[in-house]
Amino acid sequence: MTKPVGVLSLQGDFREHLQAFDRLGIPAVQLKVAKKLSDVAGLVIPGGESTTIAKLSRIFNVLEPIREAIREGLPVFGTCAGLIMLADEITDGIEDQETFGGLDVVVQRNAFGNQLDSFEIDLPFTGIDGTIHAAFIRAPLITKVGAKASVVASLEDGRIVGVQQERRLGISFHPELTDEDRIHRYFYDALVCA
Amino acid sequence: MLVGLDLMIMSDFSKPEVGTPLIKRGLAEMLKGGVIMDVVNVEQAKIAEDAGAVAVMALERVPADIRAEGGVSRMSDPDMIDQIIAAVSIPVMAKARIGHFVEAQILESLGVDYIDESEVLSPADYANHIDKWNFKVPFVCGATNLGEALRRITEGAAMIRSKGEAGTGDVSEAMKHIRTIYGEIRALSTRSDDELYVAAKELQAPYQLVYEVAKTGKLPVVMFVAGGIATPADAALMMQLGADGVFVGSGIFKSGDPVARAKAIVKATTFFNDPAVLTEASRGLGEAMVGINVSDLPAPHRLAERGW
Repeated sequence: MTKPVGVLSLQGDFREHLQAFDRLGIPAVQLKVAKKLSDVAGLVIPGGESTTIAKLSRIFNVLEPIREAIREGLPVFGTCAGLIMLADEITDGIEDQETFGGLDVVVQRNAFGNQLDSFEIDLPFTGIDGTIHAAFIRAPLITKVGAKASVVASLEDGRIVGVQQERRLGISFHPELTDEDRIHRYFYDALVCA
Repeated sequence: MLVGLDLMIMSDFSKPEVGTPLIKRGLAEMLKGGVIMDVVNVEQAKIAEDAGAVAVMALERVPADIRAEGGVSRMSDPDMIDQIIAAVSIPVMAKARIGHFVEAQILESLGVDYIDESEVLSPADYANHIDKWNFKVPFVCGATNLGEALRRITEGAAMIRSKGEAGTGDVSEAMKHIRTIYGEIRALSTRSDDELYVAAKELQAPYQLVYEVAKTGKLPVVMFVAGGIATPADAALMMQLGADGVFVGSGIFKSGDPVARAKAIVKATTFFNDPAVLTEASRGLGEAMVGINVSDLPAPHRLAERGW
């Protein structure tokens, strides 16, 4: 039997990610505790508040197990706060803000400003035909890409909003809010089932 | 001209759009499963952020003090809101009086992330609420029943919070309002199509919105619960009843140990279905806020009745 994709369900829009997989007919389950990590074929870190997700991950002892699982090759996909959680380094975080890491990038929190600077836009995405509709909500930016990661999406002015590193994918925006299921499909087909 | 046209055709990018319903409602989606805490100064805002709050509500007096001190209660001083915006990295919300669209313009200009058009402040208009479509910043509004929630959404609210009775520490009104709203949604789902016209009349809400709720079985925006939540158990109670998250006003900073209580309520909101976690979260929190039984409050002092 194929293992489902896990969606980290501590806080944020995990339900929308589960619905996206459901629309695609891909099995997906909530994941709140570390012992379930061995039951999933990949892990999504949803949008939400990264400081809250980081603290809850520490308090409920999933931080180290997820770090370890990513190091050992568990495919992961983070959107917005999820991208922050997957970054090896962050800027404009709160004091001692922790991440799972896994992506060789520097990510800046709230890089566009406050909610008034949030926006939606169509943009191209490497590996997907046409454009995708993306919602950026108090979104982070990828300000530095290390040698191990490659850019999969950027804005027209060149600012980077999506990277992939082996079986790890991180994006600044929320395909789960715009019924843009092709990135979830890509994650499953190209990264989880690879 | 030709060059410009070529560029337009060649570009894979659309123009960015700000302040759309998707973007306004989207921020509320990101707050789900979280706790939004009332704070009156930078120190409290830091405590809230450090405890894992998903956002803070910046206001001059928590509802318990508004109750105790009386008088007209208004939007907070812009200096105080600026200081809190500068102090924390999580979203900052602030309250405007019901119908006071100029207070809302000022809050938007300050760059708050969400405006709460709130019955906790003294209403500025006893007939109309703010036309929230006129703003790029999103609004959250209170509701005690489904009709009220749908009227607020019609006016442009991007998030709803059930009202409860703010500043009491008595969870019974929050209970009444969430049960009423979800009960009315369930009832709507059982109605046949030809009965939805009269349902719209009864709810005093637009037919299209009533139809949408009947078909989807849920509100089109996120709903948090507010008003009287004082303990981890209260927060988990609301989450088990189906709330998307909770606002805690006076309950944290009017208690004996705000740091411990703030953290405990965050834990309880995430693991709302796990009695073992809730038990641990409920231990050693010191004194809860003293509280007032809503039944002891004379009707003119009940804030939930403000809003129309």
